Amino acid sequence: MIKCVDLKKSYGDNEVLKGISFDIAEGQIFGLLGPSGAGKTTLIKILTGQLEYDSGTVTVLGKDPGMLSGDDKKKFGIMMDNFGLYERFSCGENLAVFADLYSVPESRIKEILDKVGLTNAYKRPASDLSKGMRARLQLARAFMYSPKIIFLDEPTSGLDPQTMKAIHRIILEKKAEGCTIFLTTHNMEEAAELCDNIILINEGKIVEQGRPEEICRRYDHHKRIRMHLSDGEDKEFERGESAAEQICELLKNGVVETIHSTEPTLESVFLELTGRDLEEER
Amino acid sequence: MHNMIVIIKKQLRDTFKNKTILIQFIMFPLMSVVMENAITLNDMPENFFTRLFAVMYIGMAPLTAAAAVISEEKEKNTLRVLMMADISPRQYLCGIGIYIWTLCMAGAAVMSINLPSSKRLFFMTVMAAGFVISIVAGACIGIFSRNQMMATSLQIPCMMVLSFAPMLSMFNESIKKISAVFYTQQLKLIFDGMSFDGITASSVMILCANALICVILFLLAYRRKGLE
Ligand SMILES: Nc1ncnc2c1ncn2[C@@H]1O[C@H](COP(=O)(O)OP(=O)(O)OP(=O)(O)O)[C@@H](O)[C@H]1O
Ligand SMILES: [Mg+2]
Repeated sequence: MIKCVDLKKSYGDNEVLKGISFDIAEGQIFGLLGPSGAGKTTLIKILTGQLEYDSGTVTVLGKDPGMLSGDDKKKFGIMMDNFGLYERFSCGENLAVFADLYSVPESRIKEILDKVGLTNAYKRPASDLSKGMRARLQLARAFMYSPKIIFLDEPTSGLDPQTMKAIHRIILEKKAEGCTIFLTTHNMEEAAELCDNIILINEGKIVEQGRPEEICRRYDHHKRIRMHLSDGEDKEFERGESAAEQICELLKNGVVETIHSTEPTLESVFLELTGRDLEEER
Repeated sequence: MHNMIVIIKKQLRDTFKNKTILIQFIMFPLMSVVMENAITLNDMPENFFTRLFAVMYIGMAPLTAAAAVISEEKEKNTLRVLMMADISPRQYLCGIGIYIWTLCMAGAAVMSINLPSSKRLFFMTVMAAGFVISIVAGACIGIFSRNQMMATSLQIPCMMVLSFAPMLSMFNESIKKISAVFYTQQLKLIFDGMSFDGITASSVMILCANALICVILFLLAYRRKGLE
């Protein structure tokens, strides 16, 4: 569905993408992770034909993005910062413009606004929305029709956990309908939860890729088990036979309060690979 | 066709929300009707105010509206979304043009109520032609500008020259000579004649030259900047 081979892109002297390759199968949720300035938005712009690239090959819907016809582009649902809203129009009116263009029945507008939690803002002008509400309206626009590929640039940044969950639910629904979804995020939990495949990019290169669980397992160097006991003591064990008996004993005595394996989260993998914290960059 | 109708519908929806542009559309027709009926001086030419404001209307409303709509849509990044939805630049520009032209014609119709009915067809025809040239000129500015600020700073001098030169030319001979090259001045002369027969060949030629220049500037701006 989307394929890149050795994609390179520079802005003047600043080489932003230094040879990116990946292949996204139809119906997948694909996550693009990387610190701020890594080139995530740039990559989405290239894939959607908004920006030219320098070298490599890029194929989207079987074509070079520069060759996509208007009909092809209509198969995209895009949510990103540089996709604006009509400030004087209410949420409903904003969506109505696009319902017209994409031949979506008017009834769908209310439905999708309900879904993203903007029911009460139906009549409110876009200029009066909060940052999170704007993001949700932009999402509603991308989700309103039935695109084949959805591009989401940080869809849930700045949203509260509840709304985030609601958005995740819609994303998964779209996936179930057969949509391919390309999303960027700073949120590791989100990536781990939603994505079938992810790539981590840093300084223009792919530093890791694969399924989120796989990546985490790959970086499980310590293979230890950590416990917190009821007397306040923390204990760590190598995973192995000798530890098993001790652990068993502790469990039987009922003094174990928490028990964890030390496999890393995506976040800690990321830190290890990039030497920087995604969150602190923001 | 469908896409163009969507653009026109969107603009119609915006008409009553976008106060600054709405005022442009309403102000001159309203003023001409009021002044025409309120003020009568002894040796004043017939329909003086209607003719005066008609030229200013042509020089201002379509120009500023076209420039403002296009530059705003660029600044707020909504044009990009439309393009992604398979609206071609031509459909977009035609949609905007038709919308502005239609509103202006409605304004012109209001202005024409003070004219004798035999003059109305003449008046509306000249207005229609004037609006087209101004819309193209406004579109040039809109396409050329990155944002609304830039559009405003370009459109004010254009508007001043086009709207006020014909009025000032009534009092000053040298302004009259210079302003003869502008289509608004020629339209004023045509309105002075107030009949199809009174239109001179040189007026028509200057109008065509103005239109041609606007179209060429438009194409240059479009080639250089596109609609992004
Ligand atoms: N139009 C542009 N001209 C020049 N440089 C640019 C332009 N757009 C982006 N860049 C540069 O490209 C790099 C990548 O930017 P990009 O917006 O793709 O990052 P990002 O990964 O989306 O970051 P964030 O997480 O903050 O959104 C940055 O160093 C930025 O300075
Ligand atoms: Mg970005």
